Amino acid sequence: MQISYLFLREYWWLIISLLAGLLVFLMFVQGGQSFIFSLPRNDMQRKMVVNALGRKWEFTFTTLVTFGGAFFASFPLFYATSFGGAYWVWMAILFSFIIQAVAYEYRSKPANVYGTRVFDTFLFINGCLGPFLLGVAVATFFTGSDFTLDLFNRVHWGSGWHGLEALINPVNLLLGFGVLFLARVLGLMYLENSIDEKELTASIRKALVRNAVPFLVFFLAFIAAILLGKGYRADPVSGEVTLVKYHYLHNLIGNYVALAFLLGGVVLILISLWLGIFRGSRRAIWYAGFGTVPVVIALFMMAGYGETAFYPSSTDPGSSLTLAKASSSYFTLKTMMYVSFVIPFVVAYIWYAWGSINRSRITSEELAGEDHTY
Amino acid sequence: MIENFDLSLVNWSRAQFALTAIYHWLFVPLTLGLSFILAFMETLYVRTGDEMWKKITKFWMTLFGINFAIGVATGIILEFEFGTNWSNYSWFVGDIFGAPLAVEGILAFFLESTFVAVMFFGWNKVSKRFHLASTWLVAIGANLSALWILIANAWMENPVGMVFNPDTARNEMNSFREVVFNPVAVDKFLHTVTSGFVLASVFVVGISAWFLIRKREEVLARKSILIAGIFGLVSGLAVALTGDSSARTLAQVQPVKFAAMEALYEGKANAGLTVIGALADSGERIGEKKVHDVKLKIAIPKLLSVMTTGKGDGYVPGLKDLVNGNPERGILSVSEMMERGRYARQVLIDYKMARELGDTETMASLAAKFEEKDFVENYFRYFGYSYFEHPWQVIPSVPVTFYAFRVMVGLGFFFILLFTLAIWFHRKKTLEKNRWFLWIALFSIPLAYLASELGWIVTEMGRQPWIIQNLMPVHVAVSNISAGAVQTTFWLFAVLFTALLIAEISIMVRQIKTGPKH
Repeated sequence: MQISYLFLREYWWLIISLLAGLLVFLMFVQGGQSFIFSLPRNDMQRKMVVNALGRKWEFTFTTLVTFGGAFFASFPLFYATSFGGAYWVWMAILFSFIIQAVAYEYRSKPANVYGTRVFDTFLFINGCLGPFLLGVAVATFFTGSDFTLDLFNRVHWGSGWHGLEALINPVNLLLGFGVLFLARVLGLMYLENSIDEKELTASIRKALVRNAVPFLVFFLAFIAAILLGKGYRADPVSGEVTLVKYHYLHNLIGNYVALAFLLGGVVLILISLWLGIFRGSRRAIWYAGFGTVPVVIALFMMAGYGETAFYPSSTDPGSSLTLAKASSSYFTLKTMMYVSFVIPFVVAYIWYAWGSINRSRITSEELAGEDHTY
Repeated sequence: MIENFDLSLVNWSRAQFALTAIYHWLFVPLTLGLSFILAFMETLYVRTGDEMWKKITKFWMTLFGINFAIGVATGIILEFEFGTNWSNYSWFVGDIFGAPLAVEGILAFFLESTFVAVMFFGWNKVSKRFHLASTWLVAIGANLSALWILIANAWMENPVGMVFNPDTARNEMNSFREVVFNPVAVDKFLHTVTSGFVLASVFVVGISAWFLIRKREEVLARKSILIAGIFGLVSGLAVALTGDSSARTLAQVQPVKFAAMEALYEGKANAGLTVIGALADSGERIGEKKVHDVKLKIAIPKLLSVMTTGKGDGYVPGLKDLVNGNPERGILSVSEMMERGRYARQVLIDYKMARELGDTETMASLAAKFEEKDFVENYFRYFGYSYFEHPWQVIPSVPVTFYAFRVMVGLGFFFILLFTLAIWFHRKKTLEKNRWFLWIALFSIPLAYLASELGWIVTEMGRQPWIIQNLMPVHVAVSNISAGAVQTTFWLFAVLFTALLIAEISIMVRQIKTGPKH
């Protein structure tokens, strides 16, 4: 049976959405880092927090790199347009990840030149800036960016701020703060799950309440803003892109999978908050994680499926990117689809490896017996 | 429009990419090689049960971790810089170039990052065999990652497995197999990873030599020298062999780079390979490019002809042949290629304009051209030449490639000698007595880094002005951003990476001085 080009584009958009969902879930590392100065009461508690997060930071990092690589391979025009145009936003995100990568390994090593506090500050910056800016960048999928494409698909960015202008759009900020507080909530739940220390656990539970409320406010406000506002509809025949009221709402209602993912994901996240706040359950992270992934997939489905420009231009709608316009060739998408079949195998060995080194929770005794600590 | 290029933007973008690539490559080869050395050492621990091997493995693993972190940090920027700084390139070839990068992420990065966690944190948590398997998987993952990125890099030097699509104005992949088994990719991968093995072996031998000089950790040092010496010697010989085959392929697919590496201006039969030489300005010019004489030359007769053609009397084209053309040898002049490329580009522009105007008849006739064999092979293949104003612009910097190549090759042979001596002295149990050798081994560490970086300088400087050989010059590939923005990020990267490098070296030196945990 011949696989259609449309199917391949939508398949790859789903893979991108899945990677985005996993990335947001794994940003519990960043969320946890954002508490590095506020949550621990002493050096041992800080060491526990850093070591709990430090054993996972590479997965988030790798997922981000794979997310970029998959976007490059499947939708290269997006890669060229967004990265080449919104230069400063992406550079800020990358800088925050560069300083994160060394911070864990170097923070407690003798002769690290700058001292532990500097490397902890690196972790804090990455913890706050990474999720916030990624949230803002993804929000532009719904609110649009100021660019035009010429005859050869060369991008011309309208604003001299090259992407930073997205920070003055309130809707973008809602998702930016929504992702930041979600990462913080996930981070707290992960720390609760990984560390066995009474005082720290009590602090985590208090912080969970303080962060769950702003997360829900920002996230629900963003959802309301995009569902009740105008969306970028791409005419399937002419390719003309126009702003249409309630477009994303229609997309959501018209796509039962997206609707189920969004509602199911939100319910799981609410259950996780109930478990974490009222029951003090260590398992809250799993509900939150398995809720986050479908919610992000649903957002990407709303942005990309159903006659929609997933990367709209607010100044020249004709330059907006649809899945059809931005995608790789049929041959490449098909070849890459075969490669993507190894993803379940990758997930399986990650699961097995995680399980093998996460059998016991982190305590001061456990850390004392470790050869490799941060 | 596409014709308006800001050269200062191009140069700053090149500088930024070069800076990040050079910094990244300071750390990658050690990861590639040391990961295997760790795997060998841990295998010996598991097989013999000797706790000394465990101690040795853990010591080198600490240094591996320090290096690995900064390698990861500097690596993320390279992938995204294709988009941020070379967006026109990203679109033009993303269909082909993006695929190996995505495969790298899915197949290699996760393997590496998953099992590196087990390698560091699993000593007391998983079985010996599972831990050993994890260490091997880290080594395989790291080298698998190198494979995919080098496939992508090789494609830029020898673009294969693709067809141009006038509708999208880009190249599209039509054979993944050709992309993966590109002869340049095979040579490049083998040459690059084995050179990484050599660097890591020099690193281990050099630091072990320091322990012997200081009369500390002698057992660790001797055992490490033996492992690294053998691994380094085998790898060094492989580097020499793969370097030879790389040069043969290069002569076919990038003859200008090959001629620049040899500073060969006049084509000739019975051409000798210059071993040593000094370049001097001859006073002659090709356009605005200097022509150099090779003084103090020591050459191996006929070897260049043999390497290039397989025959001692084979003809090797020089830069003058390649720029001005040589009809007798069937070599087109660059000005002719520029003309043909301009014709091909005009056909594309006409096609795009017809599409804008909805002129389907013109579109159909022009689209048919892109399927004609004559047009594709005799015109479109020179598309990239249409962007040049002068034929001499295709000549890279001859002094940089000439000297970088010779120093790299010279150091490569020096390392083979170093490993041979290390194994010999170890066998004779006279390592400590030959302090001169220990000092040379120690001071060889920076030389290994120099050789490794020079390898990339030969590759990347030698292929200028192309970002994709014959299809896209560097100045066409750049993003449409201000030079000031790139200057700012260049200096931010320069300061940040230098600061991190200082921390890395300081931590590494302290860990070495501290020695293994007892």
